[in-house]
Amino acid sequence: MTEFKRLVARYPEGKQKSALLPVLHLAQDSFGGWLPTEAMDYVAVLLNIEPIEVYEVATFYSMYNLKPVGKFVFEVCQTGPCMISGSENIITYIQQQLGIQPGETTKDCLFTLKLVECLGACGYAPMMQVGKIYREHLTKEKVDAIIAEYRTQVAAQN
Amino acid sequence: MGLKLLLEKANVPGIRTYDVYRREGGYSAAEKALKEMTIESIVEEVKKSGLRGRGGAGFPAGMKWSFIAKPEGVPRHLVCNADESEPGTFKDRYLMEFLPHLLLEGLLISSFALGSSDTYIYIRGEYAWVADILEEAIGEATKNGWLGKNILGTGFDCMIHVHRGAGAYICGEETALIESLEGKRGNPRIKPPFPAIQGLWMRPTVVNNVETLAAVVPIIKMGGDEYAKIGVGRSTGTKLISACGNINKPGVYEIDMTISVEDFIYSDEYCGGIANGKKLKACIPGGSSVPILPANLLLKTAKGETRYMNYESLSDGGFATGSMMGSGGFIILDEDQCIVKNTLTLARFYRHESCGQCSPCREGTGWMEKILQKIESGKGEVSDIDLLWDIQRKIEGNTICPLGDAAAWPVAAAIRHFRDEFEWHINNRELSQTSNFGLQHYADPIHVPA
Repeated sequence: MTEFKRLVARYPEGKQKSALLPVLHLAQDSFGGWLPTEAMDYVAVLLNIEPIEVYEVATFYSMYNLKPVGKFVFEVCQTGPCMISGSENIITYIQQQLGIQPGETTKDCLFTLKLVECLGACGYAPMMQVGKIYREHLTKEKVDAIIAEYRTQVAAQN
Repeated sequence: MGLKLLLEKANVPGIRTYDVYRREGGYSAAEKALKEMTIESIVEEVKKSGLRGRGGAGFPAGMKWSFIAKPEGVPRHLVCNADESEPGTFKDRYLMEFLPHLLLEGLLISSFALGSSDTYIYIRGEYAWVADILEEAIGEATKNGWLGKNILGTGFDCMIHVHRGAGAYICGEETALIESLEGKRGNPRIKPPFPAIQGLWMRPTVVNNVETLAAVVPIIKMGGDEYAKIGVGRSTGTKLISACGNINKPGVYEIDMTISVEDFIYSDEYCGGIANGKKLKACIPGGSSVPILPANLLLKTAKGETRYMNYESLSDGGFATGSMMGSGGFIILDEDQCIVKNTLTLARFYRHESCGQCSPCREGTGWMEKILQKIESGKGEVSDIDLLWDIQRKIEGNTICPLGDAAAWPVAAAIRHFRDEFEWHINNRELSQTSNFGLQHYADPIHVPA
């Protein structure tokens, strides 16, 4: 709630709807990486706007997930500059290693593979975003290491 | 080494922090502007500098500022466009990540000149960690009296707020950005009214790119006239170029716009030549939306003159034989790259990013992607090339915002310069699935690095 108030305070009085995008980021982080309808309805109440105003925004922007995702979402860039730097091989390799297709989540709910458009890391291609972090200059070895790293991280928590 | 006005201090250890930035002379331009200059004289210096918008359109920044309406009692806003999403472009990210206080200083001076007490940085949602860096820098600047109430005792109040987008290329268009900042879908508005009259919350608003606003700092430091002496013609000052693709040294470079394209690609100071000893096939010199050029037209104009890295030279020959400076996203393709496939990934990008308001763009981008997919997968017919040409022509100029043009131009340029490669794909359905057209396109011997 403190974070919510901090976000809303950035906009003039009566313009609290402006906080919708940042608040939806906050909601998605709090609801395990996606936005169930209940979460969107709650955001509408908090900002004193109609639920449809939240839905139309949540469905427009590509960063909001409208169905559950794994703990780690691999968002791999597939646009021109990444493609000419070999992103296709990386995507295929991740598919093989995780045994999933783009848009799918592994059975253990750890990983989701999502293909995205340009993330502004063209000079460090191929790349993917995982949570807040950019993973750049990807190679097969690096992908292996990243997957192992997250598996270890989860094992340590359990 | 070339002249550096923006990235001069980028490698100083700790420059991201307030203390180091200040010790290196940071905020002295802000001090000069707020204490010694009037609002009019600041705008005048920016006008004299000839600074052109660094986001892609290249509109003179000083002129844009002078359009802002000043109705009595209505707050005005400056919005920094950090929605950098044009494929091939990653310069603003670099500036914000390594020199956040340079941007804040530029924002402070510009906010003062425009009378904006609540200034927003609209940053693309994916740059989440960069948003954190900016928030931290804003905290430091506030603590040290550069933001907040009554800055330097001038009576001027200013706060800078970071606003994260959520994944939409269209929000780089200024009216879509404003809609998004109001908590709505990023649907561009019909102009007029222009943002300078009715922008954010229907208040007078100026939207400028990150690099444009950062450039205000050296302009105030050295004066508009001195700044205008750097560069050539109407390409004044320095420009950040983000170079990527099949080159030895991808990265962000600051150039003074007098360097030739050939030197930029092959010199060790910049791109360092084509990677893996390959040959240069083509280049998209200003971000994915600008026309792609084959190597021969990239290095020399149609008249056979050397082509330079500046606004005028890159667009020499118009779209028939030239391209554009755009956002400075410089994408190099080597001999192994397939033009059909490259065009397909860009067409897919624009289909994904079309907001859907205007039918020519919403439908046309989808059709272009499908037809290119058909050709790429070896099922194309020769008539598809004319169909593609026809569709792109019907999108261009027929939409509310420039995304339609941006989607049409790459397809048009690919067909204009590489029609034979499209035909080869179509006439060699099986072969095109396993091999590449390579450099067969060129009748003339192609440039080989020494």
